[in-house]
Amino acid sequence: MGTLSGIDWFPLWLSLRVAALATAAVLVIGTWVAYMLSHKTFRGKDLIDSLITLPLVLPPTVLGYYLLVLLSRSSPLGHVYESTFGQPLVFTWQAAVVAAFLHSAPLFIKAVRAALESIDHRYELAAHSLGASELRTFFFVTLPLARNSLSALAALCFARALGDFGVTIMLAGNIPGRTQTLSVAIYDAVESGNGGLARVLVIIVSLAAIAILWPANWLARRTKPGIAG
Amino acid sequence: MIDARIVKRLPAAQGGDPFELNVHLRSESPVTVLLGASGAGKTLTLNCLAGFAHPDEGRILVQDQLFFDAAAGVHLAPQKRRCGYIFQDHALFPHMTVRQNLRFAIQSSPPPRPGRLERHRRIQEMLEAFELADLSNRQPHELSGGQKQRASIARALVIQPRLLLLDEPTRGLDARLRASFYQILLSTKAKLKVPMIVVTHALDECFELADTVCVIDRGRLLQTGPKEQVIARPGSVELARLLGIYNLLPAEITHLDPGRKLSRLRLAGQEIEGPYLPATLRGDSGWLCVPRHELKVLPYPPQAGDNQLLLEVASSSVTARGVQLEFANGLVAEVSQSDYEDLRGSRELRVAVPRGAVHFLAR
Repeated sequence: MGTLSGIDWFPLWLSLRVAALATAAVLVIGTWVAYMLSHKTFRGKDLIDSLITLPLVLPPTVLGYYLLVLLSRSSPLGHVYESTFGQPLVFTWQAAVVAAFLHSAPLFIKAVRAALESIDHRYELAAHSLGASELRTFFFVTLPLARNSLSALAALCFARALGDFGVTIMLAGNIPGRTQTLSVAIYDAVESGNGGLARVLVIIVSLAAIAILWPANWLARRTKPGIAG
Repeated sequence: MIDARIVKRLPAAQGGDPFELNVHLRSESPVTVLLGASGAGKTLTLNCLAGFAHPDEGRILVQDQLFFDAAAGVHLAPQKRRCGYIFQDHALFPHMTVRQNLRFAIQSSPPPRPGRLERHRRIQEMLEAFELADLSNRQPHELSGGQKQRASIARALVIQPRLLLLDEPTRGLDARLRASFYQILLSTKAKLKVPMIVVTHALDECFELADTVCVIDRGRLLQTGPKEQVIARPGSVELARLLGIYNLLPAEITHLDPGRKLSRLRLAGQEIEGPYLPATLRGDSGWLCVPRHELKVLPYPPQAGDNQLLLEVASSSVTARGVQLEFANGLVAEVSQSDYEDLRGSRELRVAVPRGAVHFLAR
């Protein structure tokens, strides 16, 4: 094993940044979607549910291809992004955030939906009967009651966002020092015969995953839904 | 004043029939009790009043405020109805202390919302009124059953509701806690003048609390009226059966005497006397309806006294209150354990039916 000082740490920092941003986005958007799915009835709910599951079952290459087409510079969406932010999205580190988001959002939404559905509905009804609006009920009753499962799931989401490979390499590419995340760097190291670097990075990723999952599991165990009052 | 006409259809549950709730509640009493067996539609009625369920048809008017009108397309959101709702297991927010529960309530209450000082004053007043001042910093899991109950009522009342709805509030509580709960409710009724609707399947609870009783059975209103009238003089065989305290025996009117205000009924080949039965004819057949606890069971060797039936004992069983005797014609009577000692061993016994307790229900 080579000395640690000779290692380029950029992929680690990039991965952490990408995962943090993706997790933040998943927390906001995913929780909202999960709330809508668990609390509302509307047309096309089943279709949306299926679409959310799609990233879990499609091969990452297929998903990556779709996104490449959807977000490329010549596509309308890509064009809007470019005219807003002054640079294209694909093959930048921001594209890696999109990839990590798609990698972690489906599981998060499904699990949060289940967690929200397991909260005793009567707490929310009680809040409504006292006059609390839906938003107020969500922030002061629903969210605090789901706090433990949400924290555990956010940690899980972060761990998963850290580990995306397929969509990231399709959408963000493998540009060292710019878009090369940890998992892509490991692939790159193995491909170029740099076994020592690959080993160090693999151990780092594994340790990070354990460090995240352990407390997450502990939090999830403390979650006891149902009437306790 | 509550005037609620509610029609709500539910699709058939697995293996069941579709359910239709169709009731018209009218009450000006302080406490209205919805009495009925489980599955009768009592809680659904309450949920329609609170706005948690959306009726298919009807109109709900509470204290001059229109909550719902299907024809006019009015459906006031639960948040705007100002209905305090007491859930079966209290539903105190488990992540808040008692004080925070009350504060959340008052800060959520529909406008006009009281100012900071007024809020504090009202919370404090409620905490003191319900003996919660010393417990205000505890979370629900640190409270006893009775304390949780008081906290949930205080939380509902702090928003100064138009109407207080209680869904089987004493289910699962022991007799002592139930009694203290009735005390709290009755004193609340005396002090605050908030009309209450209480859902229950327990007759004792109904009798304890109700001014007006509405009996609901399978989605229909069987009878509405003052509790004495509904419980002591049920208007139909279904209601008498539902109340569970009555003997119902096939009987026929053999004699009517408006002059002496008397009637005679024949049942099981014997005759007994009762009060005059208006709006009936001689020869009408129907049911004798007489409460179990009104019957007096006497040993066979005849004693002086009239209005007695000679009946064969079919079985006896020990209950919490004494011994329940079942006779061959289906009549059930209760006697105390000590009285039973005198009756034990006889195959036939005499059952005295007080004239005033005789109630006839035409077929």
